[in-house]
Amino acid sequence: MTLQQALFLLFGLIALGAAVGVVVARRVFHAALWLLLAFFGVAGLYVLLEAPFFAAAQLFVYMGAIGILIIFAIMLTRGMMRQQMPRVNDQWWLAGLLALILLGVLAWLVWQQPPVVASRLVPEDSLNWLGLALIDPEGFALPFEVASVLLVMALIGAIAIVRER
Amino acid sequence: MDFLSNLIVNIGAWLRSLLIGAGMDEMGAALVVKAIGAVVVASFPLVVVIFLIWAYRKIAARMQGRLGPNSSGTWAGPYGVLQTFADAIKMLTKEDVRPEGVDPVPYNLAPILVVFASVVVWAVIPFGPGRELIGADLSIGIFYILAFSSAALVVFLMAGWSSNNKYATVGAFRAVAQLIGYEIPQLLAILAVVMVAGSLSMQDIVGAQDVVFLVAMPVTALIFLLASFAEVNARPFELLEAESELVCGYFIEYSGMKFGMFYLAEFMNAVAVAAIFSTLFLGGWRGPWVDQAPILGTIWSLVKMGVMIFLWMLVQITLPRLRIDQMLAFNWKFLVPLALVNLCVVGVVNRGITEWFPAGASAWTRAGILLVANLVVALATWGVLAAGERRQERRRVAWEAAQVEELEVGA
Amino acid sequence: MLGSFIFVGFLLVVALALACVMIGLSWLLRPKHPSPLKSEIYECGLRPHGESWVQFKAQYYIFALVFLIFDVEAVFLFPWAVVYNWLPFYAVLEGVLFVLLLGAALVYVWRKGALEWM
Repeated sequence: MTLQQALFLLFGLIALGAAVGVVVARRVFHAALWLLLAFFGVAGLYVLLEAPFFAAAQLFVYMGAIGILIIFAIMLTRGMMRQQMPRVNDQWWLAGLLALILLGVLAWLVWQQPPVVASRLVPEDSLNWLGLALIDPEGFALPFEVASVLLVMALIGAIAIVRER
Repeated sequence: MDFLSNLIVNIGAWLRSLLIGAGMDEMGAALVVKAIGAVVVASFPLVVVIFLIWAYRKIAARMQGRLGPNSSGTWAGPYGVLQTFADAIKMLTKEDVRPEGVDPVPYNLAPILVVFASVVVWAVIPFGPGRELIGADLSIGIFYILAFSSAALVVFLMAGWSSNNKYATVGAFRAVAQLIGYEIPQLLAILAVVMVAGSLSMQDIVGAQDVVFLVAMPVTALIFLLASFAEVNARPFELLEAESELVCGYFIEYSGMKFGMFYLAEFMNAVAVAAIFSTLFLGGWRGPWVDQAPILGTIWSLVKMGVMIFLWMLVQITLPRLRIDQMLAFNWKFLVPLALVNLCVVGVVNRGITEWFPAGASAWTRAGILLVANLVVALATWGVLAAGERRQERRRVAWEAAQVEELEVGA
Repeated sequence: MLGSFIFVGFLLVVALALACVMIGLSWLLRPKHPSPLKSEIYECGLRPHGESWVQFKAQYYIFALVFLIFDVEAVFLFPWAVVYNWLPFYAVLEGVLFVLLLGAALVYVWRKGALEWM
């Protein structure tokens, strides 16, 4: 077991465990906090994939902005903060069965594939390459600009919805 | 003398050779030295803050015409330097008054995470040239700092909500509203610096400052400074812990060491901001004679940090607080548009310099042209503000004239 | 590249340990005498009145939304900022266009009055 494998197990367990925590938490606020821990676990996985920029972006956007937005949305809902939700509902046996079947199918699919080997090592200056790809007209320049239009649309839509209240 | 001139690196090498001599392999020795380095880096802000609290109280007192911590009552060391230790002992031994109905997990986790987030950003602050005198020269340097300070915002919501107290909840909302607002101009200013330096790594940013960025981009530095003051709750943005207004805001229900940790984290954030500003805009460890004696790099960076900390203290002691609506309006209606305009101008001008001087412009030329561009932005902003003020004045005069007319008609 | 993250890992562990040690020390050293009077919530010295949940202003949510949009914008701009200086001039214009679109969004939000503190 190399250090990388051990760290992968650790972060994977954190992410999965926190995801389970989101579902079974009694209070909604606790579920939101478990979700933030799941984000942190995913950020650790990004570091192991040698994508530190994405790990930091995950912390920055997901934990910093979306996490806060989720908690604000929870607090905006009257009465949500006080209730204690039951951990599981009545159909837990059906959900468990379906989940196990899904797990079996996915595991069988992964088993069928040949082992994945990265074709190239991740370059040291991967951030530069990312920037180049984003700007290159034959690369992702158009999606880059369209992303900004998408963000503007999201903002206008959100303002339109929230202002009607 | 040679040993002294590169003191920290030499100590590291000596430790490593000691461990290898004791039988550890080279990888293990390097790891142990790294771990020791981590402990040193983690305790650096702690030690600085212990001294800083005393210094702040003494300087604030002298500026306000009183004595500050002293030994005229119980002995507290010469000039009262041991006052901080007395405060620390008091906080450690105070009872933790826990109000009813608090949610135990977020309530207890919040102080731990707040100190955690303040210490973690020190991994990428450079204390000297080369790879040895920085915790970890990450390729994403400054972005790492932004990520952790952004991720730490949710801790305030945890603290505020779990306290089961109206004032704490409102305080937490306001805290998050202020902090997320001022993060935008902060990162837009950092983007401008990154554009000129061409890299996110902190060592590269320091390396690109043949002319310090404070001279080349004063408007950017000012935007970053204001936004950072708001991020660390310094006056004039100290709304969140205004004792007379929100009764200490989101940490009302904390007592003893937990409150002490919030207090500590606030000071550590201030020191961190001083360090980041000095790295980004004052040239970090750069200074005369650093090539011959890299230890001077550490000394220069500490001196610059000290200057920025003193500036923080000066602003904190003399300025009053803004109201929440004034503060938010200042951010969204002034700082963010200014930061966006500044980003565009610096981007275009910087690229233009590379275009017009294909052979490579000297650092002073680049800095000079950027300075001119920044001054143009500053003048334009002043012009816009002045025009806005004149329009407001005209409107007020017209309104008053209308009032007078109404009175005359009525009479 | 991952080597430099080992230090970060160490620092994360040490920082967490430092915070826990401080709290642990306090837990060991402090007196524990809870009483019902001490456990009351602080409300300027008066008896606490009503629930501790307040009506949440929608304005906070709008600020968080605008912040999220600009946050994501910044994540897109960081790779651009790092490399744009070595590319032909149109690279600057791409980035400036991106920023101007979002500036227009800010102006829209401003004019709609969503940035007022009520």
